[in-house]
Amino acid sequence: MEKFTVLTGLVVPLDRANVDTDAIIPKQFLKSIKRSGFGPNLFDAWRYHDVGQPGTDHAKRPVNRDFVLNHPQYKGAEILLARANFGCGSSREHAPWALLDHGFRVVIAPSFGEIFQSNSLKNGLLPVVLTEREVDALFYDVASFPGFRLVIDLERQTVATTDGAKVMSFEIDPFRKYCLLNGLDDIGLTLRHADKIREFEEKRRAQHPWLFG
Amino acid sequence: MTPKTLYDKLWDSHVVHVEDDGTALLYIDRHLVHEVTSPQAYEGLRLAGRKVWRTDSIVATADHNTPTTDWHRGVEGIEDATSRLQVTTLDDNIRAHGAKAYFPFLHERQGIVHVIGPESGATLPGMTVVCGDSHTSTHGAFACMAFGIGTSEVEHVLATQCLLARKSRNMLVQVDGKLRRGVTAKDVALALIGKIGTAGGTGYAIEYAGSTIRALSMEGRMTICNMTIEAGARCGMVAVDDVTINYLKGRPFAPQGESWDRAVAHWRTLVSDPQAKFDRVVTLDAQEITPQVTWGTSPEMVVSVDGRVPDPDREKDAIRREGIARALHYMGLEPNAAITGIHLDKVFIGSCTNSRIEDLRAAAAIVKGRHVARTLKVAMVVPGSGLVKRQAEREGLDRIFTDAGFEWREPGCSMCLAMNADRLEPGERCAATSNRNFEGRQGAGGRTHLVSPEMAAAAAIAGHFVDVREWR
Ligand code: SF4
Repeated sequence: MEKFTVLTGLVVPLDRANVDTDAIIPKQFLKSIKRSGFGPNLFDAWRYHDVGQPGTDHAKRPVNRDFVLNHPQYKGAEILLARANFGCGSSREHAPWALLDHGFRVVIAPSFGEIFQSNSLKNGLLPVVLTEREVDALFYDVASFPGFRLVIDLERQTVATTDGAKVMSFEIDPFRKYCLLNGLDDIGLTLRHADKIREFEEKRRAQHPWLFG
Repeated sequence: MTPKTLYDKLWDSHVVHVEDDGTALLYIDRHLVHEVTSPQAYEGLRLAGRKVWRTDSIVATADHNTPTTDWHRGVEGIEDATSRLQVTTLDDNIRAHGAKAYFPFLHERQGIVHVIGPESGATLPGMTVVCGDSHTSTHGAFACMAFGIGTSEVEHVLATQCLLARKSRNMLVQVDGKLRRGVTAKDVALALIGKIGTAGGTGYAIEYAGSTIRALSMEGRMTICNMTIEAGARCGMVAVDDVTINYLKGRPFAPQGESWDRAVAHWRTLVSDPQAKFDRVVTLDAQEITPQVTWGTSPEMVVSVDGRVPDPDREKDAIRREGIARALHYMGLEPNAAITGIHLDKVFIGSCTNSRIEDLRAAAAIVKGRHVARTLKVAMVVPGSGLVKRQAEREGLDRIFTDAGFEWREPGCSMCLAMNADRLEPGERCAATSNRNFEGRQGAGGRTHLVSPEMAAAAAIAGHFVDVREWR
């Protein structure tokens, strides 16, 4: 997992609430048995006029010019500005994989679907929760200032404008923060407790033997 | 001792270790594995040179991609190459890493992972149950802490038998009274989501209680727990009672003999203590619940069958108004249209929400001696598992359905998410007993209305929605 410290990035606004994981990465792309390559199909149903299938050459597909991700001024954006309950719906981890593969490192929203949020943190995509009011103001800023960028400082837990005029803070679970800052994967962390797990398991086996075998 | 909720008890009994910041390492008893969310997990395990911690915790099946017709063609019958690859990759992974039980494609006990776990007794009270699928909440009906996990977490559980988690808050959903004729567990679930919204349960673990819940069969309880995730909560549960224990007795993986008695004694303690504190309580009056139909693209966009589609112009909140208008546009519906005036192209009875034997019996009782409307392109019944299918056939339900013009299919997820060949074409409208009506869920451009099995069956006969309470 890639480390996350400070990021200064272009912001793209996605102005709809309840964007579910089916919209982020439609199910026909879940069939892959790999972990990468989902970026071109991020928001597939909104980005293209046809229905995407795995393996088709997306360069040849009819692009929906009205969809914000296709606007040239947002090319290379690393920060997605979204509305409430972003990432609700199915537990597919392909959603953060697709966002990351497309180049996003941060999603800012007033709230997130719970599983999406935890899947994101585990993959190095930072979900930032700001208040409705702050998010509203950011949507206004993005619309008003072409090339609008934000500075996300994970150590300080802040979202700031590049001139430092506006600084907002966000909460993050300290443990997740530590892992993100250091690029640590969960399994390695957990296996530090292998003895404790074995001990717990033996006790459980003695008390509830029907759960084993 | 402070009184505990059922969730508190389940949580406390699985904590292996707590980090300084409160993140807990939870021990996992049962790991359900299917072909879609496991390949990358096994790939990750291999790449890191790690082994599966406890193979006897794993029960696996292929369900999401498997076809529901032409099983005689074998794996070749899976037309889509990537689907086939997922199914065969699961075969390879289970062969290489092992499992307590594996019900592969074409096996007589294959089926939807959330149907085969309970029916085989692989889901037992007091367990932590996880699966790379959000509807794992289904298993909470057995007083389990059961929740869906992502693929990284699948890998984490494979490698460590544990999961990193934070405790949720406690919510009690109290449903009392007798359900009216024609009103089912599915309607209770939809009515709840209509009331609290799809984010209403976010951050909570829900316990369902009250006389209505106690009166439900295990199938009904599973339907409600299944829909918990649509209310925003990762897990929903029901305390142990005689219904739970009677259901489990004699199931293949349930304990036997002296072990059974010990287990039952323990299971009886899996109830919330009388004075236990809940952070939020929501009450529903069963008498007031009517058959529900979703009209939009989120399960909270739901209304009574005798109601009407909403009018965005009457919504004051701008974002909600936008949402309603967009949903109506997608669904091809006019504001204020009567639900019973909505005509259908397809009907789908199946999915982990409503494909168990009781669901099929209820649907069959409606269609018996009648015929599917001529205007319908397809009406299909997809049993949740091979065992459900054979049980239904023993009872003659398959004949009732096929005589009425329904297609009787092989088990699997099927048109719940349309990863196999069963799907809606753009613009087609479907009454479905599944759990999600998101845009494109049942096929790109497809329009889904979520209903109970009875309502779906009646709609198939009439060609449009009808109020099953008036069905004679
Ligand atoms: S039936 Fe539908 S909701 Fe249930 S596990 Fe299958 S795809 Fe998921």
